[in-house]
Amino acid sequence: MERFILKGGRVLDPASGYDGVADLRVEYGRVAAIGADLPVEDAEVMDVSSQWVTPAFVDIHTHLREPGQEYKEDIASGGRSAVAGGFGTIACMANTEPVNDDPSVTDFILDRARQDSPARVHPIAAATKGLKGEVMTEMVALVEAGAVAFSDDGKTIMDTGVARRVMEYSRLVQVPVIVHAEDRTLVGDGVVNEGSVSTRLGLPGNPGLAEAVHVSRDIQLAELTGAHVHIAHVSTGAAVEMVRVARERGIRVTAEVTPHHLALTDEATLGFDTNTKMAPPLRGQADMEACRAGLADGTIDCIATDHAPHAVHEKDVDFCEAPNGILGFETALPVVLDLVRTQEMAPLELVRRLTEAPARIISRPCGTLAIGAAADIAVFDPDRRWVYDPAKGYSKSQNSPWAGQELTGRVTYTFVDGRLVFDVERGVLAP
Amino acid sequence: MIGRDLLCIDDLTREEIGTILETAEHMREVAARDVKKVPTLRGRTIVNLFFEASTRTATSFEIAGKRLSADVVNFSTRSSSLSKAESILDTARTIDAMDPDAVVVRHNVAGVPKRIADVLEVPVINAGDGAHAHPTQALLDLFTVQKEKGRIDGLTVAIVGDIAHSRVARSNIAGFQKMGAEVRVAAPPTMIPAGVEALGVKAYPSVREALDGVDVVMMLRIQLERFAGALFPSIREYSATFGLDREKLRYARDDAIVMHPGPVNRGVELSHDLADRRPSVILDQVRNGVALRMAVLYLFSGRPPGQSALDGNSGGD
Repeated sequence: MERFILKGGRVLDPASGYDGVADLRVEYGRVAAIGADLPVEDAEVMDVSSQWVTPAFVDIHTHLREPGQEYKEDIASGGRSAVAGGFGTIACMANTEPVNDDPSVTDFILDRARQDSPARVHPIAAATKGLKGEVMTEMVALVEAGAVAFSDDGKTIMDTGVARRVMEYSRLVQVPVIVHAEDRTLVGDGVVNEGSVSTRLGLPGNPGLAEAVHVSRDIQLAELTGAHVHIAHVSTGAAVEMVRVARERGIRVTAEVTPHHLALTDEATLGFDTNTKMAPPLRGQADMEACRAGLADGTIDCIATDHAPHAVHEKDVDFCEAPNGILGFETALPVVLDLVRTQEMAPLELVRRLTEAPARIISRPCGTLAIGAAADIAVFDPDRRWVYDPAKGYSKSQNSPWAGQELTGRVTYTFVDGRLVFDVERGVLAP
Repeated sequence: MIGRDLLCIDDLTREEIGTILETAEHMREVAARDVKKVPTLRGRTIVNLFFEASTRTATSFEIAGKRLSADVVNFSTRSSSLSKAESILDTARTIDAMDPDAVVVRHNVAGVPKRIADVLEVPVINAGDGAHAHPTQALLDLFTVQKEKGRIDGLTVAIVGDIAHSRVARSNIAGFQKMGAEVRVAAPPTMIPAGVEALGVKAYPSVREALDGVDVVMMLRIQLERFAGALFPSIREYSATFGLDREKLRYARDDAIVMHPGPVNRGVELSHDLADRRPSVILDQVRNGVALRMAVLYLFSGRPPGQSALDGNSGGD
């Protein structure tokens, strides 16, 4: 399809503020026109009436597990799962084996992505060598190789002196430092949110304070160094409040929240399901509501899934031993659409936090339907009900707390560069 | 209750607890007989699946099963060495494939009996999981108090020690509250779990206040090897502030009894003479534990149709 028209959908483009029923014309992989009743001429026509047409989503926090842990996921399966969830661009964290702390690994990931992934893939490089929190990586070389950010995600740089130098040095390359804010000494052996649920279950608690302490530290480091600090997976009201105050003061701090921290509380853990175990843990009701409010008012810039595949046998163990993390791509849209259904957010604002806002954080030209932009497009039916079965999904893993549940809102088409890469009826189509 | 799992006290109604305690009373009579055995569970197989070292509880369940003429098989292994070889659920499925009639599970991580119960058809009896639950301990403690005091409703119980890491505390709080008693807890703040109010108890920072006028004092075992120096500064300070001796016991009612799930760290949470003599009832708890576990095995693993609990004089296998 060199020329096609998506006809009669509700087009939402946060970058331009457009929200209305219109046709969208694509020519040679680029957005050519948006308007009412566009002339068909020689274009193919896809009827998308009653569906929403938005930029393909952008996820700046994912784990694709390749190289090294391909039994959990690889760049091909992760990319396929991404487009099945409406994502056209994903950024992958550095905790692979070997760690992405060297340009050769960054090259490998980008090579693989070009061959295997229907979604665009941008590597995030480690902030310190081996994720050890000691020696900073070669940031200039890594950015030249294609890294879009630096992060020791999964681990926290506990040494504040090292964290300071990493942030200072990052100004040389002008990319964000993404921080996983959890004080290891306060987390201890905690596996669930510390509070009434950990007390009822008798499982070791991980206090919200562990996050707040490090968000506070890293905001102060951002102020000192002038670095762009991005707070990954905010989970507490205290962190939301600190980010809000910091931004009012003009500090360069941005933040993301996951669908699961917006939709689930620690009560989900009461059945000891290891697919409710992640870091940071699911919090209480008040924290969840603060995250929703923070996303709605823009304190939290974007939604990121923290897509973290783990094999069935790795999660099929006792709660303390099970690894942290859950799948994210294919359930993200229906889960976050709840914020629109409850009228906590306008549709355009929710779409912004899935598209333009995360694209801006990593300074990529995606997440927009501007004329001439690459035609990365998601088409979805916000009201379609379906039952999620991870065994039928595209990830190699199945670790999801939403397995077997009915969800509302489903992606019907995903385009990358104007190519149809996902069709809900036919599945993932490319590469 | 036949065919159901017993994972925590919340699985039971007040009436069901009453039934279990009544049945335990009958079971105690068996221990008084010349031949301590009834054929109630003859031909049934009970597997004790212990992932955590336990002599007392495992022995108690084994004797309980044998007095009911069940074939009792002990499968015990340390979870640390096991996890490398096969998953817990694989172990459970393997045991299940041998067609037991009930599986008794203990594990050092909260929630494992629940995970096992989710995959097994047969009743799973929780014999203690991490800091989560120990329902048969709570039931035997209820049974012991019922026998000592003639009632549970309206009593006041103080639990003293490491509430945060204790499954005994959690199950006893739930059990005594369900049966109408008031429960207080006392410990250093480092041993009080976050949001303890969720359990419906009031936490006291001193033994003196907590014991004021109580009918039952329940002392918990301190895990010295794990927590000395981490949650409290020294054994000496813990013993002086939260250990029970006859001096501190004077704050309780004159007829108060002292309980401990065992094994006792003598001179730490309990003074030497209190451990051995009344008003402590520690060995009664152990004795009642066998009868109570007989009642649980009988009520949960099922009786053959038309046969009452204590038919026949001996099993003999």
